[in-house]
Amino acid sequence: MNKAVRQFSLVEVLVALLIALFLLAFLIVPVINVTYIAFADRGGGLTISHFGAFFSISLMQESFWNSLIVALASVFFASMIALPLAYLTIRFEFRGALLIQTLGVLPLIMPPFVGAVAMQLIFGRSGSINLLLNDWFGITIPLMEGLTGVVFVESLHYFPFILLNLTVALNNIDSAMEESAQNLGAHGLRLFRRIVFPLAMPGFVAGASLVFIKVFDDLGTPLVLNVTNMLAPQAYLRITSVGLEDPIGYVISVIMVAFSLFALWLSARALKGKDYSTTQRGGSSLSRRRLSTAQSILAYGWISLLLLMVLSPHISIVLLSIAKVWSFSVLPDAYTLEHYKSVLIDSPRMIVNTLLYCGLAALLDVILGSAIAYLILRTKVPGRQALDFMASAALAIPGIVLAIGYLRTFKGITLPGMDSQVATIWIMIAIAYAVRRLPYALRSCMAALQQVSVLLEEAAGNLGATKARTIQRIVVPLMAGGILAGFVTSFITAAVELSATIMLTTTQSDAPMSYGIYLYMQSIAGRGPGAALGVLAVIIVALGTYFSHRIISSRASQTGIHAKSE
Amino acid sequence: MKPGRVECKNIALAYGSGKSATQVLKDISLSIEPGEFFALLGPSGSGKSTLLRLIAGFNFAQAGQITVDGSDITRVPPWQRNIGMVFQNYALWPHMTVEKNVAFGLEERKLPRAEITRKVQDVLALVGLADFAKRRPNQLSGGQQQRVALARTLAVEPKLLLLDEPLSNLDAKLRVQMRQELKSLQRRLGITTIFVTHDQEEALTTCDRIAVMDQGVIQQIGTPIELFDAPANRFVANFVGTINFIEGEIEHARDGVTFVSMLLGRVSLPASVSTQVVAGASLAVRPHTISINTDVISPDRQRHTIDVAGTILEREFLGEFVRYRLSAKGCELIVDHSHQPESEIFATGQNVTLGIAENALRLVS
Repeated sequence: MNKAVRQFSLVEVLVALLIALFLLAFLIVPVINVTYIAFADRGGGLTISHFGAFFSISLMQESFWNSLIVALASVFFASMIALPLAYLTIRFEFRGALLIQTLGVLPLIMPPFVGAVAMQLIFGRSGSINLLLNDWFGITIPLMEGLTGVVFVESLHYFPFILLNLTVALNNIDSAMEESAQNLGAHGLRLFRRIVFPLAMPGFVAGASLVFIKVFDDLGTPLVLNVTNMLAPQAYLRITSVGLEDPIGYVISVIMVAFSLFALWLSARALKGKDYSTTQRGGSSLSRRRLSTAQSILAYGWISLLLLMVLSPHISIVLLSIAKVWSFSVLPDAYTLEHYKSVLIDSPRMIVNTLLYCGLAALLDVILGSAIAYLILRTKVPGRQALDFMASAALAIPGIVLAIGYLRTFKGITLPGMDSQVATIWIMIAIAYAVRRLPYALRSCMAALQQVSVLLEEAAGNLGATKARTIQRIVVPLMAGGILAGFVTSFITAAVELSATIMLTTTQSDAPMSYGIYLYMQSIAGRGPGAALGVLAVIIVALGTYFSHRIISSRASQTGIHAKSE
Repeated sequence: MKPGRVECKNIALAYGSGKSATQVLKDISLSIEPGEFFALLGPSGSGKSTLLRLIAGFNFAQAGQITVDGSDITRVPPWQRNIGMVFQNYALWPHMTVEKNVAFGLEERKLPRAEITRKVQDVLALVGLADFAKRRPNQLSGGQQQRVALARTLAVEPKLLLLDEPLSNLDAKLRVQMRQELKSLQRRLGITTIFVTHDQEEALTTCDRIAVMDQGVIQQIGTPIELFDAPANRFVANFVGTINFIEGEIEHARDGVTFVSMLLGRVSLPASVSTQVVAGASLAVRPHTISINTDVISPDRQRHTIDVAGTILEREFLGEFVRYRLSAKGCELIVDHSHQPESEIFATGQNVTLGIAENALRLVS
């Protein structure tokens, strides 16, 4: 073998360069720009005076602590919800397992800010529950007030992330891990504390850090609940009211990125070298016990209560969308389909926009994702790891920060033959969606490509197919399931994204549904149509989730056969 | 700790219930002496691992009783049994160091700190891993992990040591080395040990006595030599070593039993054999007890040797011996011919004479 032979082709290098260019333009440069402005003085030198200014404003201090507290509290309560559920499904022979799986998906199909509006109608100051409580006992519970409301909405919305991760982690523990501890004299809670939980810890941390990041970055929920003394709303308000020149907005952005990075680092550290999935050949997962009658009642009671809470936004958004009038009453006074009519007549444009932007973003994601996956796993192009790193870095960038970066970076730049600035063209919304979802799409594509044996490609090459033909006829068809799953995931999460949308939408005609829902919800009269639009969004997301689930599970069964035949 | 005596009485276990129930263990009774190295040998699905897990307390029998030193442990939960078990995949906890893994059982027994430290050091020295205390399990080789698992179990000085296919995850060379080490360690500690394996060679080489299991039933219990030389039935004869079966009819006469077959004609069986006569039984003969010659009548022919003409069908060279597949009078036979540098190799298609010694014949049902 001659070592001097170049181990990669020009085409591969070209593709890598194109991807790098895209990521530089739409991720790295905007974020560096934001960071730079946060540290730049008037003359262009570096300073930390903006941070000093930030912390000298009492509202900013308050916002900082509020954001931190809300994120931590949401992680805590989401864990409190998820932990017993995960333990129940894994540990016991339990008919509610399907119920819990449903529980795990239901909240995710509704954007949290839509849920927030709906939940106010149920749990709010004059929501159904408080009206009833007031009638019966003369008391009210201020569940939806201020930060409590944000924590309540976020915990109920994001606990599935912890539930899913924890369930997988618990499922991957070999029963011998537990049995060997019993054999040496441990049982009950000690066994759980010393063996089972530490082994599931990486999964828990992964889920918890995800919840932390999502809550810390969420703009829609606080805005809808009228809570502005948090970081994300402050960044939004600063940029939209004070203007793009105000450094405080950038300082907030940098702080948000720093916290996201910290949470990601924490979870990477927790996972490092700790592949605790211990189920092995001939092994089985933790043994299940039967619940006693009392335990069953407790378990079903707890799950029913949760299911009711989790379903409450879904029920109330539907009610709201068909309510003529609904205020200061337990249930709406009269019903109508007017709202759907008005939404479909007034704003079909929004639905089309959502489909267009999200479809474009998802397409871009799977193209970039597959290309990066191929470059990393199958070629020796120098710097390919950097592509992976850049694409994954998007995970740490809140939507609002990315949007601010776009507004700043592409400010004043116009394309020849167009009047408007680049920053305000609708395509920027789609690109922001694509960049934000790229890490997930990339993982999906990587996983799909990893399951395609290199031998299959070599066999095609051996039979005379060129690289390009092999990719076209062998690799892409075999990856199709993974690519499709990546597409759907990107699509549905983009459809409910608000933080970047709200910043980048400049004209009513360019607005997607998520923005429309937010706008409608600003006025009492708009709540009905807003809810109707929300229901439509939920239906789109639910269908997407269902199909991606179908694709993934059918792919799993296919690869199952594949693995056995190897 | 004094080694324990184990008794299993009429144990039955089924998974599922009603008509769909599968009987995994059927009326198992056995008794294991203190200090004995005892093997449960059988193919997968024979119930050997289930029986081991039953003794450890991870399964519960529908019927029967298990006693250790006379006390009934059938209903005792696993964590109170003080029966050590080494798992097939070692089940070392990846979040703990070697030292912590080994200390775990001692900590559960609430021993003083200093004593735990001393015992951990002692037992790690015993398995030759004194320098590895601070490592994590995933930094160790398969053989080292196996030793840690053993150390972890021995640290609590159990009454009984259970080994579930302990060598199956090791490569061939290491397996032989580890089984010798296991044997000498067991001799040194004198701990009653039950060893589950599907590998007859492992069981024959390491254990004092073996229970051969198939389909949830103990087929035979005996020393390795008893099992090999006097298999109780077809299954044992076939599972422990290689064997030829000769089909035929049994004729009872006043002075004993005569076996009539195509291959051997009429053979009168010695009185010792004829006590076990069951209808439908056949004769069995080990491949290495049959001699093979080119002459029509073997020159070293003894009084009780039966000569049979045969043709060589296939040949496998295995080093120590050559294994031939032959056809003789419509039967197929396997014959192992010991190999020396000068010894003759027969060609396929060659006609030979086989010498079958009468005292090598066994009647099995």
